[in-house]
Amino acid sequence: MIYRKKYLAVFFIAPAFLFLLVFVCYPFLMNIYNSFFEINVLGAPIGKWNHFENYRMLFKDPNMITSIKNTFLLMALVIIFQGGIALLLALLVDYIRRGAQLYRVIFFFPMVISAAALGLIFNLLYLYPDGPLNVIMTSLGFDPIIWKGEGNAFAAIAIPTIWSNVGFYFVIYVMGINNIPTDVMEAAQIDGAVGLKKTRYLTIPLLYNVLTTTFILMITGALRVFDMAWILLPNGQPGGSTYLTGTYMYQMTFINRNVDYGATIAVFIVILGILLSQLTNKIFKPKDY
Amino acid sequence: MGIHESTIQKTRKPKFSVLQLLTHGILVLWAITNVFPFAWVVMNSFRTRQYILTESFRFPTNPTLENYFNAFIKIDIWRAYANSFVVSTSVAALTVLLAGLAAFGLTRYIFRGHSILISVVYGCLMISVYSTIIPVFSLLLKLNLINTLVGLILPVTAGSLAFAMVVLIAYMWGIPRDLEEAAFIDGCNVFQICFKIIFPLSRSAFATVAIFSFLWSYNDLFTQLFILRQKQTWTINRLLNEISSMYGTDYGLMAASITLVVIPVLIVYIFMQKHIIKGLTAGAIKG
Repeated sequence: MIYRKKYLAVFFIAPAFLFLLVFVCYPFLMNIYNSFFEINVLGAPIGKWNHFENYRMLFKDPNMITSIKNTFLLMALVIIFQGGIALLLALLVDYIRRGAQLYRVIFFFPMVISAAALGLIFNLLYLYPDGPLNVIMTSLGFDPIIWKGEGNAFAAIAIPTIWSNVGFYFVIYVMGINNIPTDVMEAAQIDGAVGLKKTRYLTIPLLYNVLTTTFILMITGALRVFDMAWILLPNGQPGGSTYLTGTYMYQMTFINRNVDYGATIAVFIVILGILLSQLTNKIFKPKDY
Repeated sequence: MGIHESTIQKTRKPKFSVLQLLTHGILVLWAITNVFPFAWVVMNSFRTRQYILTESFRFPTNPTLENYFNAFIKIDIWRAYANSFVVSTSVAALTVLLAGLAAFGLTRYIFRGHSILISVVYGCLMISVYSTIIPVFSLLLKLNLINTLVGLILPVTAGSLAFAMVVLIAYMWGIPRDLEEAAFIDGCNVFQICFKIIFPLSRSAFATVAIFSFLWSYNDLFTQLFILRQKQTWTINRLLNEISSMYGTDYGLMAASITLVVIPVLIVYIFMQKHIIKGLTAGAIKG
């Protein structure tokens, strides 16, 4: 009755969809189109048809292969450590009587600081040989480490990336644990499930759907890492060994001016993201309780 | 109910034990890794350059403001603040308005093609900024918007719209129709219903959307690297990226600049942590 005049819907809906069409949908399709032609300068009109050259390059280019390997490695590390630490902290906070709120505020804080600022902080923490991390290392009796040097450089990106997002997943897991109905927990307690037993056979299985969701978020999140990596080690330093798909796309598009190849990498990133989240959903089918 | 709950609390969580203490121990350890990097940077921003590395763990004995003077002289940090503020406020305001209107339209009007529009929104969620930035750049170049704040605000708003619409549509679906019907009988038209009933009722969802779109645009660097190429348009983040390549070895200046960037966020965070945490994790579980 109220909403009978359907043409009025246009007033409400059109502005938002105009934005989505102009700045998301059209560029997305245009980007796919671009990947088949030669473009040498950002913003320049497209040139000659490139005979799928870019897509063939994708799997031959050693830097691209490095970036794919690094991205997959980062995903694995993020799921294991970011997810693992966040889950552990959430279970621990569920166990304590006081202070949960304070821990939540502290753990979440790095999430609101830009990756660029966090990257600069770690640039200082990593200094060799007298930076604070190395001072801690030497006082524990280890040799100082060239954190951003060969062999360690990938870890130098992965550590702050993982560290800064733990708080986000911690909050999600705490919410998930709090959403478990109390009567289930009480019943289990009466049946004698306490401590680690309760955690293993009750809490974690009941968190199944939340865990699946966070896996997908972590995978797509790892595909989007750019700022932290670029601030810490621009141009894939040292020697192109730390490229991620995102940073390599930027390198090709913006620095090397191989714009059409950059577009191709971007297409690849989107396809990979969709495939991996579908795959995660297939492997860990959401369950109804 | 209060008594009942507290007894459960007691049976569930032991009052004091070694295990409790140990748990706190581990939690405090992680808390330290969160506090230490920031504390170290702030502390060393008050130290002259040559002492930063030699005695970086002690409190500065002769605190100096030299680094801050340098930061204000060498780099235009005020301008960067102003730019960041303009960009993030505009993005948040535009996102709230556009997504709010669209969510109202999509939850109140059912028409042919409705489900297609919903799928378009979900589809846009999957499209990352990497795959739109090159054509967006060409478009902005044609419109003469490269190196302008408007040129940044438009695509960044579009980038946060889809997620904002998902959050707001879910919320507005849940608002019961009785109020609207009563208002309609009293002579309100559709626009009055939208702005005077539905929008005020959706305040908490709007707060969520405003906070995440503000912080996303404030913290994003990638898009800014493409669009903001001239000094006077740099935002805080864009400036930080430049500082690290220009003054990378002046550790004092770096520490001071980082502190100047982190402190305002810290203050806002302390006062609004509940809303911020809720805003940034919203929709993650429903996902």
